Amino acid sequence: MAQITSADAPLIKAVGLRKVFPPAKRGGEPFTAVDGVDFELRRGEVFGFLGPNGAGKSSTMRMIGCVSPISGGELTILGMDPRVDSSRIKARLGVVPQEDSLDLELRVRENLLIYGRYFGLKRAEIAERTAELLEFVQLADRAESTVEPLSGGMKRRLTIARSLINSPEILILDEPTTGLDPQARHVVWDRLFRLKQAGTTLVLTTHYMDEAEQLCDRLVVMDHGRIAAEGSPRDLIERYSTREVLEIRFAPGSGDHESALAKAEGLIGTGERGSIDRLEELPDRILLYSDDGEAALAAVHGSGITPLASLVRRSSLEDVFLHLTGRTLVD
Amino acid sequence: MTTTELPLTRLLLGRRAFGPMGGAKAPVLIERNVLVYRRLWLMLASGFFEPVFYLLSIGVGLGKLTGAVDGVPYTDYVAPGLLAVSAMNGAVFDSTFNVFFKLKYGRIYDAMLATPLRVGDIALGEITWAQLRGLIYSAAFLAIMVVGGLVHSWWALLALPVTVLIGFAFGAVGMACTSFMRSWQDFDLVTLALMPMFLFSGAFYPLSVYSHWVRVLIETLPLYHGIDLLRSLTLGRVHVGLLWDVLYLVVMAGIGAVVAARRLERLLLT
Ligand SMILES: Nc1ncnc2c1ncn2[C@@H]1O[C@H](COP(=O)(O)OP(=O)(O)OP(=O)(O)O)[C@@H](O)[C@H]1O
Ligand SMILES: [Mg+2]
Repeated sequence: MAQITSADAPLIKAVGLRKVFPPAKRGGEPFTAVDGVDFELRRGEVFGFLGPNGAGKSSTMRMIGCVSPISGGELTILGMDPRVDSSRIKARLGVVPQEDSLDLELRVRENLLIYGRYFGLKRAEIAERTAELLEFVQLADRAESTVEPLSGGMKRRLTIARSLINSPEILILDEPTTGLDPQARHVVWDRLFRLKQAGTTLVLTTHYMDEAEQLCDRLVVMDHGRIAAEGSPRDLIERYSTREVLEIRFAPGSGDHESALAKAEGLIGTGERGSIDRLEELPDRILLYSDDGEAALAAVHGSGITPLASLVRRSSLEDVFLHLTGRTLVD
Repeated sequence: MTTTELPLTRLLLGRRAFGPMGGAKAPVLIERNVLVYRRLWLMLASGFFEPVFYLLSIGVGLGKLTGAVDGVPYTDYVAPGLLAVSAMNGAVFDSTFNVFFKLKYGRIYDAMLATPLRVGDIALGEITWAQLRGLIYSAAFLAIMVVGGLVHSWWALLALPVTVLIGFAFGAVGMACTSFMRSWQDFDLVTLALMPMFLFSGAFYPLSVYSHWVRVLIETLPLYHGIDLLRSLTLGRVHVGLLWDVLYLVVMAGIGAVVAARRLERLLLT
């Protein structure tokens, strides 16, 4: 039965969505992993959830994937309610879970075959798609291999291929590149980008800001089960950070770090050239936010601070996150 | 206290997070297992020999010493008992060890639940598979019984479907129990439950050797009903009372399957 939805209706809509886990022990406290989040997924976009460990990203993805019942709020996926239509929703989703759930008792090709069968697809149809998909993720030459000896990147690619067997309308990827080496990550990014070009709508989670910046049209920054900010990567950087950042480091244990911090605070909002908007202190460095990093560095030197090392760079989502939460993304 | 507060009814009928439990798509689970076991056929074959060896050692060997039991030669008496035991063992092995492995380490059920499959499909599929494995052994063993002249009646044709029922009942309860297990140590409990049932449920001698109360106790155990059914069929001693055995096993299978599905829901759809 075709779902009648207008072209610009959101594919996923969450309002005040909550996930509360029951206490592990009798008499313990229930744990709120997702604490009232609102978001909408539009057709054709790549939508990201950026947040540190424990932010509630996977909990949210699992609710979207209809494998975790919602504890509160509203969730509509493809115009349907997961509590009523989970099977019909899942038939139109592709899921790459945070941890690979490949069938280790089966070979590469068989993994795709049986997964397609779970969707009720015909064998001939699956065989055709399998050939295309293995080609797409560059695993055609490993089709008859067992899964176990594949590298982490290959397993991830196989999981992605598997998630595409039913030609999903929405592809959900929970940390698609965590644990992969840089080269493997780029291969995955490239494939995801091609999927987007081909019109697939993607939802992904990551705690890599570069991944979010590269792939996402829109993203939410998530922390402690809540959404701290929402927008395109560029929007967010403009809204919550300066154009450039000056990073300065000092010899550990010298006391320079502390004295520099006090002096640097005097540079905030002076209105002069090299004036800084604000600063953030990290254990190993101080970040000075300014629209002109080089001028800020000159001002730093002028105020008698002599850092061991300095670096001027463009603002990134990492800075947005730091500003919003006071913490770094990857610790 | 209302009835819905009873743990069993809550388990069977309680509110479900994602609508009905399903079950119609169970055959695809069997497809998956066939794909796996295609390469492990030797392991499949090994299960066939166990009851045959028992038959040779206990039936033929011991039978030389005992003479007739219950009016028939001892081999004829003991063979249907062994048939019931092998149907039970085949199903229990698959629905406990293999299912536990998949639940704890495999993640394959997680993968299945990301597709339109439901917990009922998984439970029903795995139980049916467990029983199918037993069915192959049962058929082979039954053939040996026919060739050896141990079968006394055409009623024995019904023995095969009965082994299916036995396998399903034990497979279902086995899977349900497995869902409560935390570690491999808990499997000692399976052995602890099966071993005495195997020895004392009347596979090897009539219950008439027991005192009244021991007999009543044995008659509450599922294996007794399986043995009673199969022996009555192969020896051609059919009577209406056998329907009670059938009912017992059907109810056991039903409760086992529903509990198994509910537990999967509890464990995997968190
Ligand atoms: N089944 C569960 N029972 C109890 N608590 C849980 C369960 N699953 C997750 N949590 C808790 O919920 C919080 C959010 O977890 P979640 O997996 O959604 O975070 P995440 O953003 O995906 O983190 P990560 O980057 O580490 O994957 C964590 O504190 C986690 O311990
Ligand atoms: Mg996660």
